[in-house]
Amino acid sequence: MNGAEILLEALEQEEVEDIFGYPGAVLLALLDALLRSKIRHILVRHEQGAIHAADGYARVSSKTGVCLATSGPGATNLVTGIANAYMDSIPVVILTGQVSTDLLGTDSFQEADITGITIPITKHSYIVKDARELPRIVKEAFFIARTGRPGPVLIDLPKDILNQIVTKAASSKMTLKSYKVFGKGNIGQIEEFAKSIAKSTRPVIYAGGGIVTAGATKPLRALVEKCNIPVVTTLMGLGCIPSDHPNFLGMAGMHGTVSANYALDDCDLLIALGVRFDDRVTSGLGHKFATKAKIVHIDIDPAEIGKVVRANIPIVGDVHMVLEELVSRLTLPKVSEWWEQIHAWQRDFPLRYEQDGRLSPQIILGCIAEIARDDAIIVTDVGQHQMWVAQCYPITYPRQLVTSGGLGTMGFGLPAAVGAQIAKPGKNVVLITGDGSIQMTIQELATIAQHRLPVKIVLMNNGVLGLVRQWQKMFYEERFSEIQLHANPDFVKVAEAYGIKGMRVTTAQEVKPCLTEAMNHPGPVLIDFVISPDEVVLPMVVPGNAITDMLGR
Amino acid sequence: MLHTLAVLVENHPGVLMRVVGLFARRAYNIDSLSVCQTENPGISRMTIVVSGDDQIIEQVSKQLYKLVVVHKVTDLTNETIVDRELALVRVKVNAETRMEVLQTVNVFRGRVVDMGRSNVTVEITGDGEKIDAFVRSMRPYGLLELVRTGTIAILRSDN
Repeated sequence: MNGAEILLEALEQEEVEDIFGYPGAVLLALLDALLRSKIRHILVRHEQGAIHAADGYARVSSKTGVCLATSGPGATNLVTGIANAYMDSIPVVILTGQVSTDLLGTDSFQEADITGITIPITKHSYIVKDARELPRIVKEAFFIARTGRPGPVLIDLPKDILNQIVTKAASSKMTLKSYKVFGKGNIGQIEEFAKSIAKSTRPVIYAGGGIVTAGATKPLRALVEKCNIPVVTTLMGLGCIPSDHPNFLGMAGMHGTVSANYALDDCDLLIALGVRFDDRVTSGLGHKFATKAKIVHIDIDPAEIGKVVRANIPIVGDVHMVLEELVSRLTLPKVSEWWEQIHAWQRDFPLRYEQDGRLSPQIILGCIAEIARDDAIIVTDVGQHQMWVAQCYPITYPRQLVTSGGLGTMGFGLPAAVGAQIAKPGKNVVLITGDGSIQMTIQELATIAQHRLPVKIVLMNNGVLGLVRQWQKMFYEERFSEIQLHANPDFVKVAEAYGIKGMRVTTAQEVKPCLTEAMNHPGPVLIDFVISPDEVVLPMVVPGNAITDMLGR
Repeated sequence: MLHTLAVLVENHPGVLMRVVGLFARRAYNIDSLSVCQTENPGISRMTIVVSGDDQIIEQVSKQLYKLVVVHKVTDLTNETIVDRELALVRVKVNAETRMEVLQTVNVFRGRVVDMGRSNVTVEITGDGEKIDAFVRSMRPYGLLELVRTGTIAILRSDN
């Protein structure tokens, strides 16, 4: 066997079924071995597409995504996507080709120090120096990627290692001496946590991506419903409680709901579950955040605790296990006055949209929610459309929403939708994107066409970079700079050029019939919704101010 | 405030880059750093002197633990330890100052390791403060070259 075959065998041991990749010279042995493997290779059109697809695949399936790129430019093209997966704690194993070991460090053709480049954005990385180490390295890489706080792990594969002939069977025994995964929380702390709930009169749960990762929706709901505690989520936490749940106040932070932000500010007990107090929630003001509250912070990553705010009751552990321990110890708090206050905020400051019959983003989203299946996977890009989805699309279960949270990567959506559809071929996958975002990875329309993926692409086309324009409008006296996308193509024709059905909608009346037709179409569809550049995302926290200082209340 | 951390790491190529890269990107300041293999050839020990308040040091330690290659991080700052640094100091001398310099070296229990016509090279060990004091006392004679190892430290045994 050669190194490439050993690698594929090790990947099969990890139950890998799909790899998103792009070929190159140093990968020839591996590409050849792939012809004889059960593993399916999804050919993308740019390496960034491969990593985002693997990321989207992981987000919807909770499996570890795998991508492959060649050495040098192939590897460096992955960097944005690796950073994206790292920021959102997504388990991905990245395979990169590398020049032969005897050429390493000599600036040889298509050589780049990809392990060096990616140290800050990977959980761990390996350069394989002997094919016999592959079974162990692959096993360790998957273990590290998916356990604890998940993240990307990179394996750099020199060409001679992929060609190396190995006769003796190699061991896959892991040798991780100090890698530690936290599981159960400290019982004493959990008891303190339970007592603090009993004593509290204004508790709020602030739930994030950690709930989704840990699969902790059940114990979360038990806690919420038993104690009648209000819940706000982060962008990454959307879906950990259904958006129509009576205890759900909406997303918190910069474009959160007023009631969510007010509840965070006014609570006497902040229950932070699998969150990292991101500056898009705290407004970058950790010291002014939830100042009246006792803070309970549960996270599997000890370094997140105390990083931004001081926790009064820190609990390191798997949030699923911690909540399960907690729910058997609960004494109910008295929260009826608190709910009166919250209901008053909800009544006074609901999410509001002008309904004047124009083609608004909210009409489009409302119509998608009506027509698409309830379990449709919603993928977004980054920008205004993403915030509109976060504010008003009914996300009802974890892993339903696929969005780039921490890094905010424009261009994530289209390839992530590819990954989502590959992982869940039976589900409706709807990509909601913008004309700025989609053009960053628009070549992946070819991947969708080639693999006949029935992704429905909802393009909110306003001809501008909307979120930047909104800031220029609000905070730079309408001095619009570099936000006009003047030479946008005709997106319907672009879709058609790839063999994808293209449609255009310019009025509110056309939305429903057009979406119905698109959803009934068996293949991929791109719908170009022409909306006004003056649409804004509101409410909005004034940048640099406390989270209660919101415009557009 | 300065903290002395003892960090046990895997003795592999690239490990140093992972550790110092972490300090750089999280904006922690390394005051000094010394690294070498330990009694176990698979493990290296880094002694890192870093400045910051307790909260920063706690973060440094937690972030270090997230690196798969880091086995153990010990903050030695509030422990009873022996800490040492080695310095090699080259000082300008002439017929007038030679004896004076050598006497000072004796006071500090330094050792002359090389002597030229117009300079002497002194080896001196001790904690950072002692080395600082010695360097200060040599400065007026003309400090030609100074090489310091950075601190290494070990816990005192219990008994």
